[in-house]
Amino acid sequence: MIRRIGRWFDSRLHLAQPAREALNHVFPDHWSFMLGEIALYSFVVLIITGSFLAMFFNGSTAHLIYHGPYRALDGVEMSAAYQSVLHLCFGVPAGLLIRQMHHWAALIFIGAIVVHVARIFFTGAFRRPREINWWIGLTLLVLALSNGYFGYSILGDLLSGAGMRIGYSMMLSIPIIGPWLAFLFFGGRVPVDVTIPRMYGLHIFVVPAAISVLLALHLGIIWRQKHTNYPGPGRTDHTITGSRIWPTYTAKSIGLFFLVFAVIAALGALVQIDPVWIYGPYDPIAILPGAQPDWYLAWVEGAMRLFPGVNIYLGPYLIPEVFFPGILFPVLFFIVLYLYPFFDKFITHDNQPHHVLRHPYEQPFQTALGCAVFMFLFVLFVAAGDDVIAVATGTSVVTIRLILRILVFVAPAVTGIIVYGLCILSRHRHARGLERALESASAEGRLISGENEVTQ
Amino acid sequence: MSEGEDREARKGAWLLMMFALGWRMVTGRSGKSRRVTSAEAAGPRDFPLPSGRDADTETQAVTSGRERWGTLLVACSLIAAIAAGIGFLFIYWTDGGNKLLGGTLALSFAGFGIALILWSHFLMAHREATEPLEPLLSPEEDRQTAADDFCAGARDVKRRSLLKLMIVAGAGVFAAMFVSLLRSFGAPIEPALYQIVWSRGQRLMTADNKPVSIHSLKPGDSVTVFPEGSIGNDHAQTVLVRVKEQFLRLPADRADWAPMGYLAYSRVCTHAGCPVGMFESQTNLLLCPCHQSTFNVLTGAEPTGGPAARPLPQLPLYADSEGLLRAGGRFSSIPGPGFWGGQQ
Repeated sequence: MIRRIGRWFDSRLHLAQPAREALNHVFPDHWSFMLGEIALYSFVVLIITGSFLAMFFNGSTAHLIYHGPYRALDGVEMSAAYQSVLHLCFGVPAGLLIRQMHHWAALIFIGAIVVHVARIFFTGAFRRPREINWWIGLTLLVLALSNGYFGYSILGDLLSGAGMRIGYSMMLSIPIIGPWLAFLFFGGRVPVDVTIPRMYGLHIFVVPAAISVLLALHLGIIWRQKHTNYPGPGRTDHTITGSRIWPTYTAKSIGLFFLVFAVIAALGALVQIDPVWIYGPYDPIAILPGAQPDWYLAWVEGAMRLFPGVNIYLGPYLIPEVFFPGILFPVLFFIVLYLYPFFDKFITHDNQPHHVLRHPYEQPFQTALGCAVFMFLFVLFVAAGDDVIAVATGTSVVTIRLILRILVFVAPAVTGIIVYGLCILSRHRHARGLERALESASAEGRLISGENEVTQ
Repeated sequence: MSEGEDREARKGAWLLMMFALGWRMVTGRSGKSRRVTSAEAAGPRDFPLPSGRDADTETQAVTSGRERWGTLLVACSLIAAIAAGIGFLFIYWTDGGNKLLGGTLALSFAGFGIALILWSHFLMAHREATEPLEPLLSPEEDRQTAADDFCAGARDVKRRSLLKLMIVAGAGVFAAMFVSLLRSFGAPIEPALYQIVWSRGQRLMTADNKPVSIHSLKPGDSVTVFPEGSIGNDHAQTVLVRVKEQFLRLPADRADWAPMGYLAYSRVCTHAGCPVGMFESQTNLLLCPCHQSTFNVLTGAEPTGGPAARPLPQLPLYADSEGLLRAGGRFSSIPGPGFWGGQQ
């Protein structure tokens, strides 16, 4: 049967050879190589759940009075968008589940990308020949972050309204072009009715299409260049070791997809997320205390809270305080990430193609730098909830902010120094271990293959 | 039969089935034995022949205990997955709650996922394969030929430099056509961005459209007000507070802006545009709940803490002959978050 189907396709597409190569493709086994797969599968869940939601969501800001199953908002004026979300949550079978799964999948999607990027960074997988995939990956991260923001901004609830105002203020703050850019993107001075429909278009079509294309490229390049491998016996820069795609790897990978789906379904069922019906519809004069963005934007939010109120006046012109933490900082951060492969080349003087990864301890400076940056981002993340922390601990926001303003510099510095020390220590330990192995091997009179030992 | 009994009966049937299946598998009286090539049995090969792995067809039957247990575990996961899936269908069609619906969905998918992973773990051969990686850089000759082919084609283009120029111009026009479409999305920044809704003589109205008089508030109170005729206008929203007059420390040129201790400030934060929603009467601070910027109402809403750098624009006030509060002019500066041309 398989042979007959195969013959049918092969006689039309000439597929036998490529199919065989695909089935025999070698993929290295390591848990950390599944992080990217988790991101991929969360994206699949996003597409499936998002397609369902798009059939019900109404991206319109037309005003109406709500009458529906959710009694608490009966008779309240709201946008058609918000009304359609309420209908989805309370009137559509499985609607609430799918909506919560969609939001959870987005959080997991971005989380998996971040951890995946960290893995790539700390093991030096961005080095030649994989710089292109590093850039595509970072672009995917930027697209995912933006689409997350668009996604929760279009619901027409009070929280998303605040997010829209802050996003608008950030874009407005850009020197010279800011006002034009903000009016181009948001369609006027926020709050304005045209914003939600265009963000909806971006959210369900433009950005997902861009993500899909880049994702295909990303995977295509991995396929072409083959995957990297951790250093170990027999691992070299001109061989690849692992299990074959068919059937072991396929079974495991599809299994992982089901598990990712299961975790997202469990979260969507059991852990409430973005309960817009509690926030109420967007109202330009109301505001929600203790509001935070989704976790992946908290670093920018935290930076905006910690950055001191510093304006720059240039004659009649102004660079507002929001520009520095809200625009300049994230843009510079991503520029540094994009350029990092060049920086690495510069400090290691190494422009050779690599297929064996580098242990984090082999590059103490890079590892210390990466950990310090993560600590920096973590303090900013905490700072995004300074008001909540103040309420919970009974201290004033001023005190918390002072502590965090000190920590944001001290914590990364301390982290960097400690990690640097640990890397040096573990490099020594490995060197000693290798020496001992060499001694015992030569004592036994065994021949040492230079290649294998060097890659240890 | 009641619904509960029905479910119990079904559960019982599944348990029995699972048990029977498991027993047969462990005792090895059923289940197909797996075929393993002799090459597999011989262990991993470092560099397999390009002809692939199943060149050798000599097979032998292996049914180990590990395999039997593996089969049992995979079967259990699959049965759990199917059971949970049927549960999902039942709950969905009977409009069950979100927790049960998602829970059964999760269990079903987890069952399938675990089954596949167990399958690959117990029932598939684990052979590490090592293959050579071909260098990515093509041989000099190939690159040379490709470059030559490209240049040969390019020469044809080069000869017709006028046409080439026109193609470039055409591409430029194309790009301009597409980029121009962005115009449809924008909105003119003037006057919208510079708009200040208030004008002299307008009464201060509350959100429910009532005028505010000099007797409306006690010192320490606050209320959100709008210009007459623009109730609910986001850009015009204003916070009116009353403080004891002797505490006022307004700049000299604003001395008559606060009749009887009434002060009016733009309610849109100068930091990131959130409504400055809270007034703390003990400290006389207006607080923005988004980023915790604070503004001192006594000194003309100068920022005293948090990330905001510019004061909230102040609205001059006066009381008319009936004692109603009216705007004495416009805001002292453009309300809302700062921007490049927004400094007057």
